Amino acid sequence: METAKIERDYNHELLKDLMPKKFGMQGRLWVGFLVAVIIVGAFGYYRQLKYGLVVTDMRDFTSWGIYISNFVFFVAISLVGSLVSAILKLTNVEWRTPLVRISEIIAVAAITFAAIIIIVDMGRPDRFWHLFVYGRIQSPIMWDVIVISTYFIISLLLLYIPLLPDIAICRETTSSKWKKRFYTILALNWRGTKKQYSIVNKCIRILSVLVIPLALAIHTVTSWLFATTYRAGWDSSNFGPYFVSGAFMVGCAGVISVMYVLRNHYNLQKYITARHFNNMGKLLVLLSLIYLYFNINEYLVPGYKMKTVEGEQLYELFKGRYAPMFWSVQIFGMILPIVVLLFKKGRKPLPLFIVSLFVVVGAWFKRFLIVAPTQLHPFIPIQRVPESWHHYIPTWEEWMITSASLAGALLIITLFVRLFPIIPIWEMKEEQMRKHQLAEQKDLYEV
Amino acid sequence: MESQQDSRRKFLKAGLITTAVAAGGLGVLEVLSQDEKKKKGDTVKLLSPDGKIVEVDSSEINPQIPEFVVSNHNVREGVPGKKFVMVIDLSKCKNAGKCRSACSKMHYLPNDRSYIKVNKMQDSEKASPYWMPTPCFHCDNPPCVKVCPVGATFKLTDGIVGIDNNRCIGCRFCMVACPYSARIFNWDTEYAMTQDVFKNIKQHAACSSHVRGTVEKCDFCPSKTGNNELPDCVKACPNGVFYFGDENEDVVSNGDETVQLSQLLKDKSGYRYLEDLGTKPRVYYLPPVDRQFPFKDAESGTL
Repeated sequence: METAKIERDYNHELLKDLMPKKFGMQGRLWVGFLVAVIIVGAFGYYRQLKYGLVVTDMRDFTSWGIYISNFVFFVAISLVGSLVSAILKLTNVEWRTPLVRISEIIAVAAITFAAIIIIVDMGRPDRFWHLFVYGRIQSPIMWDVIVISTYFIISLLLLYIPLLPDIAICRETTSSKWKKRFYTILALNWRGTKKQYSIVNKCIRILSVLVIPLALAIHTVTSWLFATTYRAGWDSSNFGPYFVSGAFMVGCAGVISVMYVLRNHYNLQKYITARHFNNMGKLLVLLSLIYLYFNINEYLVPGYKMKTVEGEQLYELFKGRYAPMFWSVQIFGMILPIVVLLFKKGRKPLPLFIVSLFVVVGAWFKRFLIVAPTQLHPFIPIQRVPESWHHYIPTWEEWMITSASLAGALLIITLFVRLFPIIPIWEMKEEQMRKHQLAEQKDLYEV
Repeated sequence: MESQQDSRRKFLKAGLITTAVAAGGLGVLEVLSQDEKKKKGDTVKLLSPDGKIVEVDSSEINPQIPEFVVSNHNVREGVPGKKFVMVIDLSKCKNAGKCRSACSKMHYLPNDRSYIKVNKMQDSEKASPYWMPTPCFHCDNPPCVKVCPVGATFKLTDGIVGIDNNRCIGCRFCMVACPYSARIFNWDTEYAMTQDVFKNIKQHAACSSHVRGTVEKCDFCPSKTGNNELPDCVKACPNGVFYFGDENEDVVSNGDETVQLSQLLKDKSGYRYLEDLGTKPRVYYLPPVDRQFPFKDAESGTL
């Protein structure tokens, strides 16, 4: 095959460093752990299918629980795909190259499990097809179905199309027979011709423009699932930008966490440098500040008025039973990154990684605080129902199913890293060539 | 000459139609006050269209149960010509709980569940608490119907918000959209009645049926209203709290008395709960003034 030449002429160092590697002991343990969590979650879901949603702690008043808040979390974190591969691309941020694929696989994994978890939440998952047969465009759920499936496809393309040249490299270098067949099918006859490269670049440009409004749409529409109701705490016109800004923040933190783990595990210090962490840290500060701004809008304004039911709901968050969770989330998930990351030392890889973990975990619980407490404060007070209906404490089935969905998303990312180069080899090569050219030009001028 | 004859013919025609309409109305009234008829023998007290109480011999009125109610009925259409409406007199409610047990019985619900709730309400600290029964309000601008992704809940021509339990996907968006917490979910309960049994006893398909994993709620008992009977909660109430009737006819009855809807709302300052939300409920409340019972708290039990 003459194609192999083009690919094999690549810098061998890049190939050696960036080609997917077999799992070591750690890798196998990690995959085993994820699979175990998924199996327990699957058992929980089997019980839910058998006995109905009664195995959850959701009841007539809290009819949306952690499945929905987890769904919102997944949709939120998936926005990062558009942030790194589109917004940073269109604003000509050159250091983004090694981070593009990491963010895109996070986006695809998260949006996949957002769709799955919403089916888990349905009382009649067997009637999922009703959405397509009897769908009503007037319902925000239909809007969500439309934008999320579109975003899923665009994100998948944004992951897959720039992956083609690298799949071809895998095809040429692998020795295993079945793997060769696998890569050959996926490579779509990639020959590395000029024309193919120009098509790929054109596709990426078009997709990165398309994905920005879609990303805004998925999370804005998701926020409307709440904002279109009359409920105290949800009835807010601030919800769209509030959700979107929070999503960019958690997405950015998600990329930082994953890139830190990959960098250390696969020794990618040469490619994911301290500069990347520094820059992503600055980005995270900016996004946290924007999120802080919308939080102030969301809580200060109604908190100033303390309207009857909304006031009771806010009181629960500020001083009542949800206060410990609320203040931890706000302080560790939003204030802490702003403070720590303002300092250069805070943006070093390890502290940034720790702060990012806080942001991601905080963001998950923040979604819970948006979904659950509101439903415990309807206009007509909850009364004369069993005592347990006054609270919402998720059951083990709910926790396990939710954990399984998170493990599933991590497993997708893990397997992807096992099968494909997580840092785009051909784009890194292009970048190196560009730098080389620039340097040469500089030399010329200096002479 | 010709034109005079023409106008006379028109007049006669109009007269005939009016009589027919009035007779139809009387027929409905007769059924609404059936209990009274049994007590008093051959004469029945009726409200004439101009608001006077008249006594009519029962043989003069001949109620006809419309054919459509019994025959196969479209789930998404209501009883033709009707606009059902309910008025709840808060001054009469003492939380007897009969509406709830009757509702549970009518809808084959477990004893601890019903589609109607009786809430303890207190508008401000110094005001006295009162009991407020809340069925589904069957809003004319229903938030639940708006948000349903598959059209499993819908507005019928007779004003009722119906549910198609064979279409509902159980997403529960309608439950969070309803500001009155009127909807309940079939989390697990395995009711004794299967779908097939329901088909045989209930003529009106829009009636809530029990399908696990779907949403249920008050349906104003279409199997009763379709036959010109009062819903079970109305009939069961020992204190005449609930008035039920037809907005088109401007008549509501609580089983004991039949009154003009517009007059009742005017005289007793009827209002709708959370009017400012703009959902336009079809259930009105009469304020809890001049109470018939002192407020007694009943904390025991969930019913």
